[in-house]
Amino acid sequence: MKLSPLRCALLVLAGAAAGFAAPAAHAGKTLDAVRQHGRVVCGVSTGLPGFSAVDSKGNWVGLDTDVCRALAAAVLGDAGKVKWTPLNSQQRFTPLQAGEIDVLSRNTTWTLTRDASMGLHFAAVTYYDGQGFMVAKKSKVTNVKQLKGAEICVQSGTTTEKNLTDYFRAQGMKAKPVVFESYEASLKAFFSGRCQAYTTDVSSLAAIRDKEVKNPDDYAILPELISKEPLGPAVRRGDDEWFAIVKWVVYALIEAEELGVTQANAESLKRSANPAVQRLLGGAEDMGRLLGLDKEWAYRAIRAVGNYGEIFDRNLGANSPLKLPRGSNQLWTKGGLMYAPPIR
Amino acid sequence: MRRRFAEAGRRAFLWQALAVGLLLLGGWWVAGRVEGELAARGIRSGFGFLLQPAGFEIGESLFDFHAGLAYWQAFLVGFANTLRVALPGLLLATVLGALIGFARLSPNFLLRALGTAYVEVFRNVPLLLQLLTWYFLLTEKLPPVADAVEFLPGFFLSKSGLAFPLPAFAVAAGELAWPQRGLLNIEGGATVTPEYLAVLLGLAAYSAAYLAEIVRAGILSVSRGQVEAAAALGLTARQRMRWVVLPQALRLIVPPAGNQYLNLTKNSSLAVVVGYPDLVSVANTTLNQTGQAVECIAILIAVYLALSLATAALLALYNARLLRRGSAA
Amino acid sequence: MIAWLRGNLFSGWASGLATLLVCAGAAALLPDLLRWGATHAVFAPDAEQCRALDGAGACWGVIAEKYRLVLFGRYPHAEHWRPALATALVLAVLAGFLLLPRAGRFFLGRAVPLAAFAAFGIAALAGALFLMAGGALGLAAVDTSRWGGLPLTLLLALGAVVGALPGGILLALGRRSSLPAIRALCAVYIELVRGLPLIPVLFMAAFLFPLFLPRGLGADVLLRVLVALILFAAAHLAEVVRGGLQSVPQGQYDTARALGFTPWQVQRYIILPQALRAALPALTNSFIAVFKDVSLVTVVSLYELTGALQLALAGDADWRPYFLEGYLFIGAIYWAGCFALSRWSARMEAR
Repeated sequence: MKLSPLRCALLVLAGAAAGFAAPAAHAGKTLDAVRQHGRVVCGVSTGLPGFSAVDSKGNWVGLDTDVCRALAAAVLGDAGKVKWTPLNSQQRFTPLQAGEIDVLSRNTTWTLTRDASMGLHFAAVTYYDGQGFMVAKKSKVTNVKQLKGAEICVQSGTTTEKNLTDYFRAQGMKAKPVVFESYEASLKAFFSGRCQAYTTDVSSLAAIRDKEVKNPDDYAILPELISKEPLGPAVRRGDDEWFAIVKWVVYALIEAEELGVTQANAESLKRSANPAVQRLLGGAEDMGRLLGLDKEWAYRAIRAVGNYGEIFDRNLGANSPLKLPRGSNQLWTKGGLMYAPPIR
Repeated sequence: MRRRFAEAGRRAFLWQALAVGLLLLGGWWVAGRVEGELAARGIRSGFGFLLQPAGFEIGESLFDFHAGLAYWQAFLVGFANTLRVALPGLLLATVLGALIGFARLSPNFLLRALGTAYVEVFRNVPLLLQLLTWYFLLTEKLPPVADAVEFLPGFFLSKSGLAFPLPAFAVAAGELAWPQRGLLNIEGGATVTPEYLAVLLGLAAYSAAYLAEIVRAGILSVSRGQVEAAAALGLTARQRMRWVVLPQALRLIVPPAGNQYLNLTKNSSLAVVVGYPDLVSVANTTLNQTGQAVECIAILIAVYLALSLATAALLALYNARLLRRGSAA
Repeated sequence: MIAWLRGNLFSGWASGLATLLVCAGAAALLPDLLRWGATHAVFAPDAEQCRALDGAGACWGVIAEKYRLVLFGRYPHAEHWRPALATALVLAVLAGFLLLPRAGRFFLGRAVPLAAFAAFGIAALAGALFLMAGGALGLAAVDTSRWGGLPLTLLLALGAVVGALPGGILLALGRRSSLPAIRALCAVYIELVRGLPLIPVLFMAAFLFPLFLPRGLGADVLLRVLVALILFAAAHLAEVVRGGLQSVPQGQYDTARALGFTPWQVQRYIILPQALRAALPALTNSFIAVFKDVSLVTVVSLYELTGALQLALAGDADWRPYFLEGYLFIGAIYWAGCFALSRWSARMEAR
């Protein structure tokens, strides 16, 4: 008998088949897995200031990361129990679909295609963004109409490419996208002068202008927004329980701002006379039980990262280097879009 | 003795059946698992999406592509872009490779040294790095498009690429469409982008180093005695090359050169790192827009395999012809 | 001297002309190159000085400023000694392998037994991996998503070669097997994979493997990419090994069988040693190809040497204009590695 090289490989394969033929865990199992491993696995960006980026001490900071922290605090009682998985824009959905991460909190736009056909569900909106353009000031371009025929640098794997096309078609103009597979390459090309404009969500443009440019005044962000970009965390399909938890943790943070509950006063407000506050913080009624959590789930989340307004100010707003205005991300009571369904 | 053979035969059959069976089982399991996973997660599958409008623009294309056209047309544009850079790349690499191959055999020491240096440098640095370097040189060191250099009348070179006059088919025959400075861009004529130029130059320069070695080895394989005999017959150096060396060397050069051409075409998939919209780049964008990874990668694999098979078939044809001619002579 | 000049530089009018042209070209370019690369260059990590150059000279300061990021990627800064040591270990194993026959004869008076070296190599590689990963013995655990730079390039290249070689040998043997089904399977696999560029294979690792691998196994991009590299390299190595196998005359097989060796024994003790020795130069070329191919993993966002350079410079406005110097720097690293290997293989071939 001559040797058959494949047989070893095939035996291994057969072994693997036998070992793993059991279907992967689906419905309702994420919470159990999170509890069992004692950590929330959170997909974040590879580095976008204000949303998810590593600071000089090696800690992940930003709005998207705070959502994960709040989640870990609510579910596991410890905001530190998060495993960060940085993902680039093209590869962000696969790990979620495959169950490698529990939540994708990575400045990702909620669209119908993604919601309906890519095996995921968006839980809530944490930032209302829009797509804009950045140009070099010396090009003297002051509005989008002047970009007729211009070459525009884009990063692939985003909704940006499609918006760009839609907008220019609607305006009857032609744009020449120059598409790069990595964020770094697209930035490099724009700053070397390869393109006349760079396009992505305006919050990211602000972050780029603030962090990546020697002199921010050399670049201008054009006033027009060409799209709606609601950003928020997404979870895998088929686990309604976990979906509800992520959704309501985000809403709890928004509700906390509306009710005036902050990181600092949450403890004292536990004995508040306001029943809504009591319900939120688990002073009296146990709302957490309905989610499969305990009474103080929201209290812990707020204690860990503060309410939505505090998170915004710390990462993107007045207390951050980006100094972005609240704009649409203001509470609905103050003319914005942030609105949490009632917690009751 | 006969029993032993029969037994060996049966064992051989069993092993093969086992291997094939296990492979089928494994393949079936993987396919089932992927299918199950996709269904369980509500991920769309199937090739139906190819008929839907792509919804994204492609920066440069041979056809008049726009976002309203279907995904399959976008793939076609990507494939055309791959060929558009690979074919001129082949030509350029062949010329350059032959020149360097001859230089390495030159009696002149300096030419030899230059040829060797070229081969050693370009072969020993990853192609990806070379492409990035070409692209950086083209986009960083050239002037912005507003200050494009017109190094020949009608030829503009800038960060936005090379603009050059092109026979305009719409206009009367023989007339050229001349590029002119526009508001933001050079307008009119034809342009190739710096992405295209970087991929073209990078592929050609890299493959030329390998082709040079193939040419050299082919020529060296012709025995010295034959060359000397030809010289004794009074043939000049040029004649010796044309009638004695090259015909024999080519037989040894063509098969590896064919593989090298195939490599060049496969290597054009690296275009994605400098933003040239080749097949891989279009597949990547489509994959991201639709989330249909399995289908997009399957298309990629099918196309490249078809290219490989076509090359192999061409080479086999060439070999068959050589053999026929060889036996006829 | 003069005879040499005549023979090598001015042997005919064409040769003479070429000599003059090359000299003229060198005279035109070399001074500029020297000015740019050396005399006018800035070597200090000072962005102000570099900007003042305005392109008149190279800014080597960018290397001085960023070399740690380029060499080690996003590995935690305080722990950089660990990837550095891991790199040294891997290089030591490589150097040991390349110089083994000589060193053995020099120090021990005989060749070092392969098994002993293999044990040393495996121990050193395991040590390097442990240094990178940590998580025990007081070393903080570092997630593979933060590995990067030179150690990642080396580990991936070495891992791919070490993993692919046995597979490649098996595939090559299978392709020459007397069992038609096995032969066909191996041939199909080899030709299928060799027909593909690496990038779609890497895409498969990034996008498809997670869909059918069980949860946990597919969790690590690094692991998936390594598997893809191994599967890819195995097919290419198989063809090289097959070339070596073909160089061993069939008579040896028949003779050994007649002497009572089992088929396995024939392959193990007679055919393979000769085949691998014959294929060694070609194998080395394949290793070089793998080493260069590893640079492509940056496409699936693993920050090996090339990716780490992009990471280090693209995000820093001060240093972004000096990519060329960065490319030349890592180009030199790649070149040194590939050139050393190819010289070594040429020497082995000459022997």
